[in-house]
Amino acid sequence: MNPLVIAPALLPLLAAILLLLLRHPNLRLRRWVSLVAVLGQVGLALALMAAVSAGDILVYALGHWPAPFGIVLVADRLTAWMLVITSLLALFALLYAIRGDDATGRHFHILFQLQLFGLNGAFLTGDLFNLFVFFEILLLASYGLLLHGGGRERTRAGLHFVVINLLGSTLFLFAVGTLYGVLGALNMADLAVKVAATPAENVALVRAAGLLLFGVFALKAALLPFYLWLPAAYTHTSAAVAALFAIMTKVGAYSILRVYTLIFGANAGPAADLIEPWLLPLALATLIIGMLGAVASTGLRQQTAYLVVASVGSLLAAFGLTSSAGIAAGLYYLPHTTFAAAALFLLADVIARQRDSVGDRLALGPALADSRRLGGLFLITAVAVAGLPPLSGFLGKFLTLRAALAHPQWPWVMGAVLTAGLLSLIALARTGSLLFYRADPNLEVPGTPSNGIGELVPIIGLLLLGLGLTVGAGPLFDQARAIAEQMWQPQLYIQAVLNPGGSP
Amino acid sequence: MEFLIALIIGVLTASGVYLVLRARTFPVVLGLTFLSYAVNLFLFAMGRLTLGQPPVIAPNASGYTDPVPQALVLTAIVIGFAMTAFALVLALKARAELGNDHVDGENAP
Repeated sequence: MNPLVIAPALLPLLAAILLLLLRHPNLRLRRWVSLVAVLGQVGLALALMAAVSAGDILVYALGHWPAPFGIVLVADRLTAWMLVITSLLALFALLYAIRGDDATGRHFHILFQLQLFGLNGAFLTGDLFNLFVFFEILLLASYGLLLHGGGRERTRAGLHFVVINLLGSTLFLFAVGTLYGVLGALNMADLAVKVAATPAENVALVRAAGLLLFGVFALKAALLPFYLWLPAAYTHTSAAVAALFAIMTKVGAYSILRVYTLIFGANAGPAADLIEPWLLPLALATLIIGMLGAVASTGLRQQTAYLVVASVGSLLAAFGLTSSAGIAAGLYYLPHTTFAAAALFLLADVIARQRDSVGDRLALGPALADSRRLGGLFLITAVAVAGLPPLSGFLGKFLTLRAALAHPQWPWVMGAVLTAGLLSLIALARTGSLLFYRADPNLEVPGTPSNGIGELVPIIGLLLLGLGLTVGAGPLFDQARAIAEQMWQPQLYIQAVLNPGGSP
Repeated sequence: MEFLIALIIGVLTASGVYLVLRARTFPVVLGLTFLSYAVNLFLFAMGRLTLGQPPVIAPNASGYTDPVPQALVLTAIVIGFAMTAFALVLALKARAELGNDHVDGENAP
């Protein structure tokens, strides 16, 4: 048993406990503890990625109880990929937060670390009920982070977010309970074996539970009928938190990918390919609706929130192609869209603070004090978000479209993805020209100047990660393809968990 | 007994769904509470209803009841309790900050 598997979940938990014990009023000390913990997570995630790169599936049985009786944590290539993305995103969100957002309340860093604990745990766990528990941890921390700093709009958006997620948790428990009642298992590998051997009289129940579970994950991922909570919540929270939340919808996408390739995948017998008729149409509709929302937005942060909805659409459309090439394209697109959306959230905050009372509203405002620097950054971010060449968004879209050619519904995929690209171009071009080319002539005073290059560092860092995805596209896409191949052979996962060290 | 339990779960869920759809925060919180009661009973019943049997190994037992759902319910109760408390505090905060207890923060006519 490799302790490296549990370390990415333990480190943020221990850091949160340490921060809770540090009742010292010195904010600088807490910032350092939080920053060191996040840097440690980046290191651990990279180490784990190296450890699983050869295709090993590492299993950590908590308390040495072997699966399926105990709870296991499982690290395969997909887990390591998600952990690396999460920790890098958290690093830059934290670097932005320590420039002031964290001073508006006392518990920012504790909640931040607990959020990471929930996220990392959700990626690592190999047990369906444990996935519920980690979802609750990350949600409870996210409620705190969302409301951090207070304010009317934030409270109103927070109330909707909390109630809808509590309902989602209830549905999750109903689905898990039904699966346990019918199959007597909660371990994902064990479930995969038992779903495939479901007796005929229980097939309907298992399929119902599987689809109920899809509803829950679609809620977390903000898929079409369930995306309404996202724009308000992400628009009104603080910038660093919104940037970190860019990974939250991806937890839903990850769960969909994991559960519906492993448990309800092609080998699941009577429940095989359970969500295949649903996923692709819903994802394409989400993509178009999200982009229409972005075009109709009245503020830059709202626009970014709708772009997050649309990015979930394109991500799940790639997964919904139900092919190894589609999953690989989606996995390459995932870090790109996460980093680009986070950069846009942070940039929107910087711009909003320079426009005084106009804020991030898409209306005529004072001329920006350093419009060249911000305009340049906005241009690069917008190119990345809209998926134009030469940045990684274009490569991700190109790979998705190439994978779509093998799908019978390829005209729909092509049409939706290309229309969405055009809509995002229109939306971002309009925003850019309004923010940087036109200023209210009645406002003689320029906007508040920025407080230095420091606050731009996290944004530049996120954009450099995007650039890295472009320059290193070859090896990274090979890695994504290796992950997809591993996802396509769930028997490897099942064997690693249920029969460690045994012969197949 | 199965019929009774199923009836209770059904009534609790229906009341919960109805209350969650109300426009004021207090009925919504009550609805969430009813739904979490319903799901707790449901999880418990998923281990099958067994009378008078021990859940862990006992030398003279004639049979066992499934201990896993009991552990699950315990976890679900704790989480549900914490979440309800949080939702209640948030509802109070919203009442104080927005000036009314409508879920959208605006007093609809």
